[in-house]
Amino acid sequence: MSLSYLLRRLGGAIPLLLGISVILFAIIHLAPGGPLDMYLENPSVSPEAIEQMRTAYGLDQPVPVQYFLWLKSMLAGDWGYSIRTGKPVLSEILNRLGPTLQLSGLALGFAFIVAMPLGVISATRRGSKLDTGLTLFSFAGISTPVFWMALLFQLLFSVQLGWLPSAGYQSVGDGSLVDRLRHLVMPATVLSFAIIASWSRYIRSGMVDVLNQDYIRTAYAKGRTEIGVVVLHALRNAMIPAVTVIAVDFATIISGAVITETVFAWPGIGRLFMEAMDGRDYPILMGLMMLGSFGIVLANVIADVTYAALDPRIRYG
Amino acid sequence: MADLTREAGETLATTAPPQSYWRRVRKRFMRHKPAVFGLCFLVLMAIVVVFGPFVLPYGFDQQDYDLIGLPGPMNAEHWLGTDQLGRDATTRLIYGGRVSLAVGLAGALVATFLGTLIGALAGFYRGWVDTILMRFTDIMLSIPPLPLVLLLSSLFRPSPPLLVGIIGGLIWMGTARLVRSQFLALREREFVEAARALGASGPRLIVRHILPNAIGPITVAATLAVGSAIMTESALSFLGFGILPPTPSWGNLLNAASPWLSTAPWLAIAPGLCILLTVLSVNFLGDGLRDAMEPRE
Repeated sequence: MSLSYLLRRLGGAIPLLLGISVILFAIIHLAPGGPLDMYLENPSVSPEAIEQMRTAYGLDQPVPVQYFLWLKSMLAGDWGYSIRTGKPVLSEILNRLGPTLQLSGLALGFAFIVAMPLGVISATRRGSKLDTGLTLFSFAGISTPVFWMALLFQLLFSVQLGWLPSAGYQSVGDGSLVDRLRHLVMPATVLSFAIIASWSRYIRSGMVDVLNQDYIRTAYAKGRTEIGVVVLHALRNAMIPAVTVIAVDFATIISGAVITETVFAWPGIGRLFMEAMDGRDYPILMGLMMLGSFGIVLANVIADVTYAALDPRIRYG
Repeated sequence: MADLTREAGETLATTAPPQSYWRRVRKRFMRHKPAVFGLCFLVLMAIVVVFGPFVLPYGFDQQDYDLIGLPGPMNAEHWLGTDQLGRDATTRLIYGGRVSLAVGLAGALVATFLGTLIGALAGFYRGWVDTILMRFTDIMLSIPPLPLVLLLSSLFRPSPPLLVGIIGGLIWMGTARLVRSQFLALREREFVEAARALGASGPRLIVRHILPNAIGPITVAATLAVGSAIMTESALSFLGFGILPPTPSWGNLLNAASPWLSTAPWLAIAPGLCILLTVLSVNFLGDGLRDAMEPRE
């Protein structure tokens, strides 16, 4: 893995992001209606005032012109201003990014810790009852709707048992670490559930391929224990195919996060997205969609680079 | 259930005498128990949602005004009780299944058509056609799918047919990549060259010669697309977009049930369970078809 490979991979992402921005901008701005429609039915806002706002937000310009103006200021670090609140888009997003990172960070970490041993156990006990059970579990996991799972968790842990708050970020008048963790644990578990199901499949299939290799037999023949073989010889190679599919899953994780945040009233960027949709807040929507797409593109670049780093045989000329 | 965990090679334990391709496919499929279970469940579900409404005594928006206000309890008359508007929950669940399954199937059909078309053109013609189509596929794969479908739904307020188009238009990319790789490999084979030498045109080569040889992977992808289309529709309807009440769908039934979680949890449990079992069956079916149609040699 060389630096030039990394740079070329990053360079390839730029036309991709430009293409994404053109499509998103076209969808958002060519749709019927607009963000100022909500003022049309408000008798206290005069038609002249609406026209003024239209000019102020640049909505009177042709869409291609609007796009280039948006692109120019975006590249200069100015993501525009929220139509609902008037605040800069970037600060609106950054304000809500923290809770999302807490939620998804915990969910991903938890998923990784659980999925890894599940996949490895499944692969080393291939064909056993345990393997079949775990496989069945992962099929069920990827087939369970996240929002239903969320409702069931609320039903069990909040309504029935009363152990955890059913939604929200923190209690009013409280804000201690324990209180916030109590709010965080349920959405994070729900979000991680589907991820565990698919990751353990990837790790299992990567592991199965590796365990059939000759060098694994050699390692056993040398007298290594099973744990030694798995940890020292197999795991690293089994991770290689897993890493790429995990990155591809990033898009699914974003979808899961939007749903989880909505059901649990978690004040992250998923909720911000839903609020912006209600108000047709174009600049916020455009900023969030670009941020999400950027995340997916970046995850793919990181996967390719990690792939190359984990497998020294891979050389990109 | 051991079939799920079977590995490459083990599926090929069949020996001579030679059998037709479809016979071998059927034989391998029947050995995959989860897939057979999935198929049976889906057939059963299809019968219930297609014929159920003819048997049911209530309409999906028929209200019993004596029961309005709170969700009614489960009893012999109303197996799953009634919702807060006095409508029979079983009836709405079955009608909702009709809508969800129809949208799922149609969405998967659109996605499979688009994916096959784009993948076939890219893989067959290569060159700039391939570059343009695959860059477009990359772009569509890089936009977060659920937010995009939410955005389209909220901006365009689609009717159910348009919704099918939107869902299909957002889940075709995997199929396109798959079909492209099949075409790239198959277009170099001798039988294609022979057909070309006999004067077959490009479209004829694509449709008559190459496509039939890629039917296995396309069928598997189409099956799995049904699952993602059902999931997408229900997530969308759950969030208040997609299929809008009073027309029921499994997703919007869950949405409507969520305020009554503590008093009538079954209203939320039933539609979710239907989604889970249906999507699970579809995924089992896809897995079984993969084993049956694409034995890894």
